[in-house]
Amino acid sequence: MAERASALQEGLPHGRRRFGGAAVQIALIVILAGLFCGAAFEAAQNLARAHIASGFGFWNNTAGFDISQTLIPYSASTSTFGRAFWVGLLNTLLVAALAIVLATVLGFLVGIARLSRNWLVARLAGGYVEAIRNIPLLLQLYFWYNAVLKSLPQLRDSVPLPGGGILNNRGLFLARPQFGANFSFVIAAFAVGVLAAIAWRFYARRRRDRTGDELPIMWPTLVLVVAPPLGAFVLAGFPLTFSVPQLGRFNVAGGVEILPEFAALLLALSVYTAAFIAEVVRAGIVSVAGGQIEAAHALGLRRSLTLRLVVLPQATRVIIPPLTSQYLNLIKNSSLAVAIGYPDLVQVFAGSVLNITGQAVEVISITMAVYLAISLSTSLLMNLYARAEAVAERVV
Amino acid sequence: MSAIADGSFVRGGAVKPLPPPVSRSGILRWLNDDLFSSPLNIALTLLCVLLMAWALPPVVRFFFIDAVWSGSDRTACLASPAEPNPGACWAFVRVWLSYFVYGFYPLSERWRVDCFFLALAIGLLWLLWLSAPRRDIGAVYFFVVLPLLSYLLLHGAPLIGLMVVPTTLWGGIFVTVVVATIGIVFSLPLGVLLALARRSDLPVLRLAAVTFIEVVRGVPLITVLFMASVMLPLFVPERLAPDQLVRALIGVALFAAAYMAEVVRGGLAGVPRGQYEAARALGLSYWRMMGLVVLPQALRITLPNIVNTCIGLFKDTTLVFVVAIFDFLRTVDAAREDPNWAAPNTTVTGYAFAALFYFACCYAMSLYARTVETRLARGGRR
Repeated sequence: MAERASALQEGLPHGRRRFGGAAVQIALIVILAGLFCGAAFEAAQNLARAHIASGFGFWNNTAGFDISQTLIPYSASTSTFGRAFWVGLLNTLLVAALAIVLATVLGFLVGIARLSRNWLVARLAGGYVEAIRNIPLLLQLYFWYNAVLKSLPQLRDSVPLPGGGILNNRGLFLARPQFGANFSFVIAAFAVGVLAAIAWRFYARRRRDRTGDELPIMWPTLVLVVAPPLGAFVLAGFPLTFSVPQLGRFNVAGGVEILPEFAALLLALSVYTAAFIAEVVRAGIVSVAGGQIEAAHALGLRRSLTLRLVVLPQATRVIIPPLTSQYLNLIKNSSLAVAIGYPDLVQVFAGSVLNITGQAVEVISITMAVYLAISLSTSLLMNLYARAEAVAERVV
Repeated sequence: MSAIADGSFVRGGAVKPLPPPVSRSGILRWLNDDLFSSPLNIALTLLCVLLMAWALPPVVRFFFIDAVWSGSDRTACLASPAEPNPGACWAFVRVWLSYFVYGFYPLSERWRVDCFFLALAIGLLWLLWLSAPRRDIGAVYFFVVLPLLSYLLLHGAPLIGLMVVPTTLWGGIFVTVVVATIGIVFSLPLGVLLALARRSDLPVLRLAAVTFIEVVRGVPLITVLFMASVMLPLFVPERLAPDQLVRALIGVALFAAAYMAEVVRGGLAGVPRGQYEAARALGLSYWRMMGLVVLPQALRITLPNIVNTCIGLFKDTTLVFVVAIFDFLRTVDAAREDPNWAAPNTTVTGYAFAALFYFACCYAMSLYARTVETRLARGGRR
């Protein structure tokens, strides 16, 4: 880009262009600096008039408000605003991470279904994508929260679920696993199993490359990953119990509580983003040259194998960059939590903390910085990935 | 000849023709190829049919057959001996419709909003209909005349006898349209300027543009709106503090501008280099080159993407609720809490109505983008 632009100016008298450019730049700097200083001056005056402190001293003050979902220990009376920030950030990351997994699975399914030879399947998937993409996320979030989850039965008429779970309009209560003392053996056995499985795959690949013999990979992997922890579990004397939630008169005691706000946000984000991911996946698959598919068929590969061995690996390269930007959109969209009161970063920090401290500049800057850091670091990783892929392409 | 005569076969006459292939057209072919070509396909088809048979009839029953179409309060939508299982409560939407469209805009002044809708429709048609006459005047109308006219109409001007209607009374579809239109009207020119700055060879200009674009695109709209709502008033002298709606509009326009800039940049990159060079060779200055040669082509290439950004912007207008503005979705959400209409189905009905509105608008926009795209592709082939 820069070369193009400078190449274009070669025809111009140099001195004039340079002078004009410098003038524009200096003017811009002066204007921006002026705006900044003016804004800072006004802000200082306005803050002083409203008796609002400035600086980040509030970080260590006691928060004094409750948060409905905390992944780390937090109490209104002793925890600080800084602690509240971390609680909010973790809640954002939790819902975003789960939604990314769900949206990816659903999105790939729908995207592939849109290209199905089955007319009905393709049409249904297309209808899903069109309907979901053209309705605002906030409306979908309201729908899941107010129309679906809030109309679940009340506490008195809770629905018992298999496995000791309880479902009502206050949330979903599941049995909480409690690990016994010997459970570490199970985890160790699982780790050993995974390592063994990786070693087996490595050995099978090597052998195939050397001799051409195809060793089974699928079922030995399954056995190696499942059998050792299962054996250890039995040998260690079943070190796992469940604390089943108990339905009381006014609340539910014990178990894991999944807030309706969390469930609504998770559903809305997953369903919404899945429609966009489906489009990304479809575009990626369509971008694979038709000759590749015909060649794979000519080699005698079945449709499923063609998809898995020929189409998807090539499509991945096209899919990954827009997929990442969909993930970033999802993380940013999780800030809609504020609409239904799920305690994410924006709701806790830019909501409660801002209202209590009144320090808008600091609080909003920190909130924006967090999202910006996530976005920029992801783009950086993306660029690295794109570069690695480009090199791999040339070597192969 | 005689060496191979024994035991060899010599055909005496013509072979009978093979039967013609099974008909490969019409509904039979469709059923055969598209729905029942393999066991898996048959299973999938059956699964889909079962899914639709399970989901569609209750939905149709709920929204049409069992729906309550008229009534003046909640009793119409509650279960009664005559109607044990009432469906969607469209009566609620009918009663609240004027609120959904105009918000609290004074009854006597609502003709002004209607005029605004009309003026906007003319501007949109003029601009979007690609073979309309004098589209350059259309652009001036849309980007200069319309905003001024709308301001006079909607806000009011005591000088010409229109009473001032404070923005706190604005609401409904009308505010959604205002926010979306202002967002588009301001973000497009701003986005073009940002894109040009990002491609410029002046380092300070480029740095400023890149910083702005990347920062805005890296944060959620909600935080931008929060910033516009709580930080903006701090940064300007107290008497200049803009009202709540204007703050939200500034936030939305700046946010959309960053996305628009990236779209326009894509278009600029799509204009062949020879076009720049030819314009330069003709002795055009930078601005004339951009305005007369490059931008018309770039915007044309990227028009579908611009429309897609507009769709995103239109959906994002729902987020202005965080700064206490009653856009369409917010009015629906407020109305459904009216105790006069507290019935089990009002919530779903309200949301269904809102979904229908947003879907119709967004789908129309995306159809338009597709039409333009095929038209452009045709032009490229020629």
